[in-house]
Amino acid sequence: MNQLLLRGKNLSRQWGGLLAVNQVNIEIFLGKIHAVIGTNGAGKSTLINLLAGEIPLSSGSVELLEQDVSVWSEPRRAHLGLGKSFQKNTIFPDLSVFENCRLAAQARYQRPWKFWETGESCTHSRTQAQKVLLKTGLHVLSEKKAGLLSHGQKRQLEVAMCLATNPKVLLLDEPLAGMGAEETNRMLNFLNELRAEHGILLVEHDMDAVFKVADVITVMVNGAVIACGTPSEIKDNNDVQIAYLGVAS
Amino acid sequence: MKKSQLFFLLILASILVFLPQISSEYVTDWLTKTMIFAIFALSLELLVGQTGLVCFGQSAFFGIGAYTAVLFSAKVDHTYLGYLLPLAIFAAALYALIVGALSLRTKGVYFIMVTLAFAQMAYYVIHDTPLGGGTDGIYLYSKPIIFGDLVLEGSICIYFFTAISLFLVLGFLGLLSSSRFGRALIGIKINELRMRAMGFETYWYKLAAFVISGAIAGIAGFLFAMKDGFVNPEILSWHVSGTVLMMIILGGLGHLRGAVIGAFTYALLEEIFRSEIIFGSFSKNWHLGLGLTLILSVALLPKGLFGMRDQLLRGLSLDLGNFKKPPKTKL
Amino acid sequence: MDFFTLLIQVLNAVQYGLLLFLVAAGLTLIFGMMGIINLAHGSFYMIGAYLSFGLAPIVGQTIGGGFLVTLVVGLIFAIFLGYLLEWLFYSYLYERDHLQQVLMTYGLILVFEEIRSLLLGDDVHSVAIPDWLSASIQLGDIMTYPTYRLFISGMCLLLAAAMLIVLTKTRLGMMIRAGSVNREMTQSLGVNIQFLYRLVFAAGVAIAAFAGMIAAPVTSVYPGMGQNILIICFVVVVIGGIGSIRGALIASLLIGFVDTFGKVLLPNVAGVLMYVLMATILLWKPSGLFKAGS
Repeated sequence: MNQLLLRGKNLSRQWGGLLAVNQVNIEIFLGKIHAVIGTNGAGKSTLINLLAGEIPLSSGSVELLEQDVSVWSEPRRAHLGLGKSFQKNTIFPDLSVFENCRLAAQARYQRPWKFWETGESCTHSRTQAQKVLLKTGLHVLSEKKAGLLSHGQKRQLEVAMCLATNPKVLLLDEPLAGMGAEETNRMLNFLNELRAEHGILLVEHDMDAVFKVADVITVMVNGAVIACGTPSEIKDNNDVQIAYLGVAS
Repeated sequence: MKKSQLFFLLILASILVFLPQISSEYVTDWLTKTMIFAIFALSLELLVGQTGLVCFGQSAFFGIGAYTAVLFSAKVDHTYLGYLLPLAIFAAALYALIVGALSLRTKGVYFIMVTLAFAQMAYYVIHDTPLGGGTDGIYLYSKPIIFGDLVLEGSICIYFFTAISLFLVLGFLGLLSSSRFGRALIGIKINELRMRAMGFETYWYKLAAFVISGAIAGIAGFLFAMKDGFVNPEILSWHVSGTVLMMIILGGLGHLRGAVIGAFTYALLEEIFRSEIIFGSFSKNWHLGLGLTLILSVALLPKGLFGMRDQLLRGLSLDLGNFKKPPKTKL
Repeated sequence: MDFFTLLIQVLNAVQYGLLLFLVAAGLTLIFGMMGIINLAHGSFYMIGAYLSFGLAPIVGQTIGGGFLVTLVVGLIFAIFLGYLLEWLFYSYLYERDHLQQVLMTYGLILVFEEIRSLLLGDDVHSVAIPDWLSASIQLGDIMTYPTYRLFISGMCLLLAAAMLIVLTKTRLGMMIRAGSVNREMTQSLGVNIQFLYRLVFAAGVAIAAFAGMIAAPVTSVYPGMGQNILIICFVVVVIGGIGSIRGALIASLLIGFVDTFGKVLLPNVAGVLMYVLMATILLWKPSGLFKAGS
C-alpha cells in the first residue's frame, strides 16, 4: 500500500453566493499520479490553491504527511513538503535560469540574517539548483535569461522551480499549457520519472496526456466531484461522458 | 562587486574627497546636503527598487531620526555620538516597525495611502503637540562629542562624517542586496505569490526591509539635524516623501547607484530651477519646473538616468508605444 | 455640553463629513473604475475654491449674476477641465503601474500649485457668503447656526442623492459600477470604455471642484487646501474601501465626527485622531470596511 501523502477532506470554498469548490475529497499517494480534469470553471485551480494554502478553506480539512495543515500558511506547508507550479508562467524573467532554481532552492536554507554572505555563493541552494537543472535537462540553458526561453522551456523551468525545494507532493496546475506535441511527450516522460519519489496532483486539459500518464482521475464539474477512478473506469463512466460530450476515447 | 560598481565608487570617492579642498563653503554645504539626500534616497531604494514596496511615508523616519537627536540633546549638557546616533536610528526603526507591521497587511494602492497617512500622523504629532516643540522648530542644543576633544561640528567635519556614512550605507546595502535576504526581496518584488509557494514567509521579509529602510532614513535625518543644527515639522511633510521618491525615479530604480545619481540630479535641478539668474522672477515658482521634470522623466525615461545608459547602448528609440489608451469598442 | 452646543457640533460634523464625501467619492470612483491613483485630486478641490474666488467678480461684471451663477459657471468650467485633463494626461496613465501614477500625479500637483500661484497669487482670500444665505438660524435661547453651513450640507446631500440615483437606477450607473468591479469584463461586453472613463473622470473633477466652491466661504481660499483635503480623502478611502461609494460616505461621516468632536474634546491630539481611527480599522479590516462597487 502506497503512503498517503496529501488528503483533502470535504473541501469547500465559497465566494459570496458561489460555491467554487463543493465538498471535494481527494487523496494523493506516493508513486501515483492523480489527475483532476473538468470543464472550464469547474474549480480545479481553486482546489489546488486550497490544498496549497494560497486560499483559505470555507470548510473541510487538509492533511499533509499525516499532519492537519488546514490553517497553515502556504509557506509553512511548502516547508513540510508541498510544491506547487502555477498555471501562468511565474518564472522570474530577468534572472538567469540557474538563479531561478537557486532562489527556489534557497527557500530551504534561508538564513536571511547572514547578510555578509552572497546568495550566489550559497552552497546549499547552488547544489540543489544544479541537481534539479540536470534532472530536467535545463542545465544547458543555465546562464540564459529566463525571459528569453521558449514557452515550453519556461513551463519546464516552472516545474523545475517547484522541484527545487525537494517537496514530497507536487501540485501541478496545467504544466502542459500551450505546449506542442513533442514538448508534451517530453514533459509526460519526465512526470513518469518523477512518479517514483513523489505524489503528484495534476490538473490538466489535455485529455490524451491525462489518460496516458494518470493512475487515478478525478472529474470535477461546477466545483463538485462527479467521478473518481482509474482511467478505464472514467472512460466508461456515463456521467463523465454526458458532462464532457466528446471526451477522447 | 562588478567593475562598473567599483568604478562608480572610486569616482564618487574622488569627487567627494577633492571638491571641498578647492571650493567654497557654499559648495561644501551643498555637497553635504546632497549626500544626506543620497542616504535618504538609498533607504527608499531598498524598499521601492528592491522589494517593490511603494512607500510614500519615508519622511516620517527621516524626521523622527532628526527630532530624536535634537530633543535628546536638549535634555543633557553634552551628548556623545556613540549613543546619540544609535538612539536616533532606534527611534526611526521603531516607528518603521509599527508602521510596517500595520501597513504590510495591506496591498497595492492601500499600502501607498496607508504609509502616507502614517507619515502624516507623525507630522501632526510633531506639529501640534508640545512633544515636538511647535511649528517653529527647535534648535540643536549642542553638537555631539565623537570622542575626547573631537566634536561633530564645523562644516568640514560634518562633511567628511557624512561622506563616510554614505559609503558605509552603500557598502551595507550592497552586501545586503547580493545576500540571500536581498535575493529573496527581489523575488518578492517580481512575484510574491510565487515566493510564498516556494516557502518564503514574505511578510517578515518585507517587514525587515521596511525597518532597515526606516533605520537608514533615520541616519539621514540625524545627519540633517547635525548639519543645520535646526529641525522643524516640515521635514516630516509628505512633500519630503514625494521628493525622495522623485530622486530614486530620476536616478533609476533597482540600482543603488541610481539612488545616489538621483539625489545629485535632484539637488542640481533644484539649484537650477531656483536660480534667479536663469529664471528671473519665476525662480520663486521653481516647483513648476520640478513638477514638469518629474512628469516628463516618468513618461519618457521610466528607467531613470541610470536606465538611460542601457537605452543609449541599445540605440535611442523613445518608447512612444508606452503611451497606451484603453481599447475603443463602440456600443 | 448642553444640547444646543451638541447639536451645533453634530451639524458641523455632518457638514464636514459630507463635504469630504464629495471629494472622496470622486477619488474612490476614479480609482475603482480606472485604476488610477490620483494624487492631484485634492488640487481639483483647490481649483474649485479659487474658481469661486476668481470668477465671482468676472461673472458679476459680464453676466451680472451672483453666487449661484458663479457656481454654475464654475461647474461648467470644471467639467471642461476634467474632460481636457483626462484626454491630455490621465488617459496615458491607465496602463502604467501605481508608482508611475503616483509620481506623475504628484508632479501634476506641483504644476497646479505653481500655475495657481502665478495666476492668482499665494495669499489667503475670503469669499463672501451671498446675502440671501448669510442669515443664522436660532437654536434655543443663545445659540445660532449659520444658514450657509446648512446650505452646504444640503447641497452635498443633493449631489450625493443624485449620484446614488445615477449609480443605482440608470443604465449608465450600472456600467460605471460594473466597470469599477471588473474593468476587463465591462470592456469585453462592448461598452465604450473610453467615453465612460472620460465622463466619470470629468464628473469626479467637477464634484470635487464643486465641493471646493461651496466650501470656500467657510474655509477661506488658501494655497495648501488641496493637499490637506487630499490626505484626509486618502484616509477616507482606506477606511471605507476603494471603489465603494457607500464606504466613502460612511468613512467621511465617521471622520467628520471624529475630527469635529476631537477638536472640541481633545484639542491637543485632534489632528492625530483620524489616523488612530484608520490604524484601528486597518487592524480589523485591511481592505477597508466595504468592497468595491457598493
